[in-house]
Amino acid sequence: MYRKSSALRLSLPQVLFVAFFVLGCAVVCATESDPWLRPAAAPAPADNAPTAARVKLGQMLFFDPRLSRKASMSCATCHNPALGWTDGLSTAVGFDMQILGRNTPTIVNTAFNSIQMWDGRKKDLEDQATGPISAGGEMNMPLPEMVARLQAIPGYARYFDDAYPGQGVSDVTVARAIASYERTVLSTESPFDRWRKGDVHAVSEDAKAGFELFQGKAKCAVCHSGFNFTDNGFHNIGIKTPEGHDYDVGRYAQKPIKSMRGAFKTPTLRDIGLTAPYMRNGCYKTLKEVVAHYNRGGDDQDNLDINIVPLGLSDGEQDQLVAFLQTLDGTPMQVTVPALPH
Amino acid sequence: MISRSVSRVVMLTAFVVAFAMPAHAADHAVAQIKKAFTVPVLKAKVGDTVTFRNDDEFAHNVFSLSETQNFDLGSYKKGETRQLTLKNPGTIEVECAIHPEMKMKIEVSK
Repeated sequence: MYRKSSALRLSLPQVLFVAFFVLGCAVVCATESDPWLRPAAAPAPADNAPTAARVKLGQMLFFDPRLSRKASMSCATCHNPALGWTDGLSTAVGFDMQILGRNTPTIVNTAFNSIQMWDGRKKDLEDQATGPISAGGEMNMPLPEMVARLQAIPGYARYFDDAYPGQGVSDVTVARAIASYERTVLSTESPFDRWRKGDVHAVSEDAKAGFELFQGKAKCAVCHSGFNFTDNGFHNIGIKTPEGHDYDVGRYAQKPIKSMRGAFKTPTLRDIGLTAPYMRNGCYKTLKEVVAHYNRGGDDQDNLDINIVPLGLSDGEQDQLVAFLQTLDGTPMQVTVPALPH
Repeated sequence: MISRSVSRVVMLTAFVVAFAMPAHAADHAVAQIKKAFTVPVLKAKVGDTVTFRNDDEFAHNVFSLSETQNFDLGSYKKGETRQLTLKNPGTIEVECAIHPEMKMKIEVSK
């Protein structure tokens, strides 16, 4: 006797639903496991978990020039959101307009860094936040004076109370608030990200070829690895010291190990098109110049990192690398400069 | 008679030499893979050696600024090794200068 099958039968809408569900899960899984895609959330220390009040206070402090000795410059003076959170200069301009020795790094994605500053002298954002405030060549503000000045601004009290109840104004709460704000400065979705997520038209064929070179022949990914395009490591990449300038020992000042002489931290490449000029002393104005530098194996061969070798890239391949790098620019964060307490 | 005396001398000499020499020093292998040392904490003795092998595609370094033993084995590529002889008892904090997240300890006993 023929018996009708009891196998599951689905209507067309049900089939489509299942198909989209499975496809969606596949995309989510691929995104979560793709080492080139940024995690959704930035990590934060347990004793300074981000809250809206902390971020708000941190943003005020970040933009407040009163944190500098002459009340003339804020964190945002050098880390200007309108310029990719840098200053557009070869090297920073500090206290009393003195020209400093290093290029201002972007603060985009510094939340993910396992070590901070070009020479790694700060271990995390809380450690880093008050460094430039007190540095003589930068904001030149002794921290006790900074605290006293902030305590004398009545309008700040309630923001500190909201952010860090019962802790008051101190160099610790200032550092924690600024770090909380900096953790919100993250790269946004770039054409590269859209391509990694499956949009085959998000980047050009040249850019795709450039990414292959980036991981292979050009050896860029040896140091510029992962979603933030950095190994959080230190390398001497053979930057020439300009005539009349002192040699910058870089990481060696923190770790007196031979290979660290002239070595600097690998910077992120996120938003790289927004953060010219390039290299730790801002010696190159274009990405093409940067790629050419690596292609010739650096300039100053003294104590050169053994990963840096001539690459033998053709002009076309160098252009493809540049095309790839340009796909790493996200849409800049829209930032509202806050009204400051009085 | 003479040959018996010679053999006794040889045996005695061998016995004295064997006990006069320190116990055979061990060699401990530590690899560097995916920006990590494969052994987080190594227990060893003075006189032992540690052989560090780079199994990553890029260069690594091994150094320590510890008071117990201060050394810099330099930077080296994939497949290459560097060897350290442990000289003093105590704890040695070992790092890779290139990748500061790479750390391990060597606890050296007498």
